[in-house]
Amino acid sequence: MTKTRILTAGLSTLATFFFPSCSPVKEYQKSRINDSEMILANRKVEKTELNAQTYREGSSGANSGKTGGGCGCN
Amino acid sequence: MRKICLTVVGMYLMLLHAFSQVTNTDSTSYKPKKLKLDEVNLVSGYYDQTADKSAVMGGRTDYKGNGDVTDLANGLDIKFIGWDPKGRKNSLSAGLGIDYHTAASQAYVDSNGHARNNGTRIYPTLDWSIENEKKATEFGLGAYYSAEHNYYHSIGLNTSLSKKNHHNGEFTVKFNGYLDRIKMILPSEFIPVDSIKNVPATDSVVYITTASGRTEALTYVNGQAVGGKSKAVIPSKARDTYTVSFSFSQVIDQRMQGSIAMDLVYQSGYLGLPFHRVYLNTGKDTIENLPSQRFKLPIGFRLNYFLGDNIIIRTYYRFYIDNWGMISHTANIEVPIKITPFISISPFYRYYVQKAVNYFAPYEKHTASDQYYTSNYALASFSSQSFGAGIRIAPPKGIFGSLNMLEIRYAHYTQTTDLVADVISLNLKFK
Repeated sequence: MTKTRILTAGLSTLATFFFPSCSPVKEYQKSRINDSEMILANRKVEKTELNAQTYREGSSGANSGKTGGGCGCN
Repeated sequence: MRKICLTVVGMYLMLLHAFSQVTNTDSTSYKPKKLKLDEVNLVSGYYDQTADKSAVMGGRTDYKGNGDVTDLANGLDIKFIGWDPKGRKNSLSAGLGIDYHTAASQAYVDSNGHARNNGTRIYPTLDWSIENEKKATEFGLGAYYSAEHNYYHSIGLNTSLSKKNHHNGEFTVKFNGYLDRIKMILPSEFIPVDSIKNVPATDSVVYITTASGRTEALTYVNGQAVGGKSKAVIPSKARDTYTVSFSFSQVIDQRMQGSIAMDLVYQSGYLGLPFHRVYLNTGKDTIENLPSQRFKLPIGFRLNYFLGDNIIIRTYYRFYIDNWGMISHTANIEVPIKITPFISISPFYRYYVQKAVNYFAPYEKHTASDQYYTSNYALASFSSQSFGAGIRIAPPKGIFGSLNMLEIRYAHYTQTTDLVADVISLNLKFK
């Protein structure tokens, strides 16, 4: 229970750090945000690299990819 | 007179402008549209690795510990989009991936280095999602299958739910389950070997390993071999992986957006690999033995910033911890530079560092009293660096007809374990 509270508090602090002040952005103001290079995910072309990392490194996850199953990796 | 004329013209233009804003009533009612092909992605990658200390040979550094690998990966993704009578957007994606690899260490599953050193992995995927723009929600379902040389098979299922708020934020929760079956392919010295002097007296099956490393079975009835050799049915063990992922993304201002993602991962079953040797300090070898449960907690942060008109800064950091004692940090920065609005070059750098699991020790360092043991260097303490660049070309009218986007990327990867790898990848998008 204490660990959960610490985790929640930690995530909230980090969220405050990362998103300090969100100003309202209208749809017509999103030309830069909607640029294909601004996507908040890995690129499709990175697939082979990410696959190799899951085999060669001991940790994975938190990047919308594999977390350990479905391959000969850890 | 001129003033009157100008007033009349002005009024006429105002009326014209006003009517031009009247919307066609037909456009407000949704018309269902059947699923139509939206885009096709072809992704290919070639991976080339040189290394020693292979896990198959328990981290040996001589020629038997050769860890050289090549991998040619090809994937095809097809996406269809349509709208149902309620105006909800339906997306259906089907994918097929085929990887072919060669691995020098795989040959040493047979102690003389005569086993097969290549394999093919096939992995089809199917994903469906439905997006309700009025409610700002999206629901998805997905299925995954993988079969490869050293894996009997793997089945994956996932479901996800996303909700957007009115402040350009989006929360997503996703549940993922992988049900794997691992073939218990043992190093050849651990497989019972047929011998005329040791013919079993009762009904049984004896596994033998041929010189080429292929495993075969001899069936005995009343001490007599029946039916000769047949392909062995190698037993398998289960490995299950369940993941709950939470992510939140937020547009911060007109130039910046970020996200936080956290996975809660639980694995159970056979979590080692049966052909990974461990050499004890006595010089005798055995098979890797790891706990049957693992909890993982990776937390990732992304922050992207559009600097000026031509430069984008993409950053990523991940903290990882698990109950085997591993802790890792990953930091990544990529800076796409737009040479023109449709061509960009993206140099990147990635740094990774991990602390070993509690059960790792190098070649001939484990003792017979250790409960769990592995000499797999993927679980050792090391740091790695990766750098390279990509080029992306996506003109609005396409490159050659339906080819909408072309992206090529090269990465050079080094580990402090002496592993060095190069990866070159290609993504072609057709619309």
